[in-house]
Amino acid sequence: MVELRVDRASGLPAYRQLMQQVREALRLGWLRPGDRLPTVREVVATSGVNANTVLKAYRELELAGLVEARQGSGTFVKASPGAGPRQAMTELREQLEKWVSGAHAAGLDNEDIQALLSAVLADNNRGSSQ
Amino acid sequence: MNLKLAAGSDPATTDGRDTVLTVTGLGKRYRGGRDNTWALRDCSFTLPAGSVTALVGMNGAGKTTLLSILAGLLTPTAGHLTLPSTGQGGADGARIAFVAQEKPLYRYFSVADMLQVGARLNRVWDQERALRWLRRFDIPLDRACGRLSGGQQAQVNFAIALGSRPSVLLLDEPVSTLDPLARSEVTAELLTEAADTGMTVLLSTHVVGELVGVADHLLLLAKGRLLAAGEIDTLLENHLHYVGPRADVPPGPGQVVWASHTDNQSVFLVRLPETGPVPPVDAPWTTRPVTLEEFVLAQLKKVRTAGEGEA
Repeated sequence: MVELRVDRASGLPAYRQLMQQVREALRLGWLRPGDRLPTVREVVATSGVNANTVLKAYRELELAGLVEARQGSGTFVKASPGAGPRQAMTELREQLEKWVSGAHAAGLDNEDIQALLSAVLADNNRGSSQ
Repeated sequence: MNLKLAAGSDPATTDGRDTVLTVTGLGKRYRGGRDNTWALRDCSFTLPAGSVTALVGMNGAGKTTLLSILAGLLTPTAGHLTLPSTGQGGADGARIAFVAQEKPLYRYFSVADMLQVGARLNRVWDQERALRWLRRFDIPLDRACGRLSGGQQAQVNFAIALGSRPSVLLLDEPVSTLDPLARSEVTAELLTEAADTGMTVLLSTHVVGELVGVADHLLLLAKGRLLAAGEIDTLLENHLHYVGPRADVPPGPGQVVWASHTDNQSVFLVRLPETGPVPPVDAPWTTRPVTLEEFVLAQLKKVRTAGEGEA
């Protein structure tokens, strides 16, 4: 079982934060197909998030095909995002580790690396949406 | 697909849910007050059943006036409010509970005595629910209310309000007297109560940063008027920041809510047009989403600036 929480200082809407944490848990293998997500009430009680926010996140995850709601028994994991290309994930991770060492060697700190990554991702998004 | 979604979601909190309270053209003018000014003017909004709405505004914006009218403690000068039930206040009708800022407790009554008062004054009373809340926060039942700390007194008021099994719970700055731990625990417990019972919550607060994920709807008041009302996620998705080099106008579509400039940088917070996705902006401009706090501050600053212009 994962514990979902909301970072009030984050600029991301609360329901998106919850979605992101579920997707991350799926990617990292903390949640596997068939696992039950915490009930809405459990998330409300542990994280101080409004029930409507949790329901919205679960509904969006369901629309994305990642989870399914079973009446009376809860919300269950259906599939994992990026579970298919597991081999590719391993390779990409190795490349990234090398790249990060290179960046550190070149004198970049973690903040520099994050800024660089955000900028490249933003450029990439812009390129693909045009 | 739709069928499955409908089956999986909680009936009390689905989209397109019922409205529990409708307010139309509500206004309040205090007689003999300075300039006979309106404390509240032309307020119209609805509260969806099961929603948690935050009422935000500067000091003197009319928040307490609005809550007092909704609670039935003040008569509006203009407009009206509609509850969907016929027998208002009756056992079957909408029941409104109000936790005011000044906590009305009798000094020499014990906590248990105060629950008795709550039980006598309300047609519907759930003693177990009130006691559960007090046990949860370790409030001694035999202690005189006057000897409780401010935070404990607040807890007694929450317990009495919940004991009356409200369908709408109005809270005027509910956590302002509580320590940081109690704040987060009370918030989580209130939201759990709301999730369990389908109760609708309207709470006023100044701490906008703590509202993320707590409230799903916003009522923003300034100078007695409603500046913004609606679902928070939708309000924020309809606004955007443009960040780039010093400029007089934003690089993309949208109506400027607030702009700030330095020598070499400009930031525009804009309300996006209703239609279509936002076209990407050209470098070096970037966009960034708007947080609830940024949205609220920009709206309030805009009103203050407009007021200075008039004066």
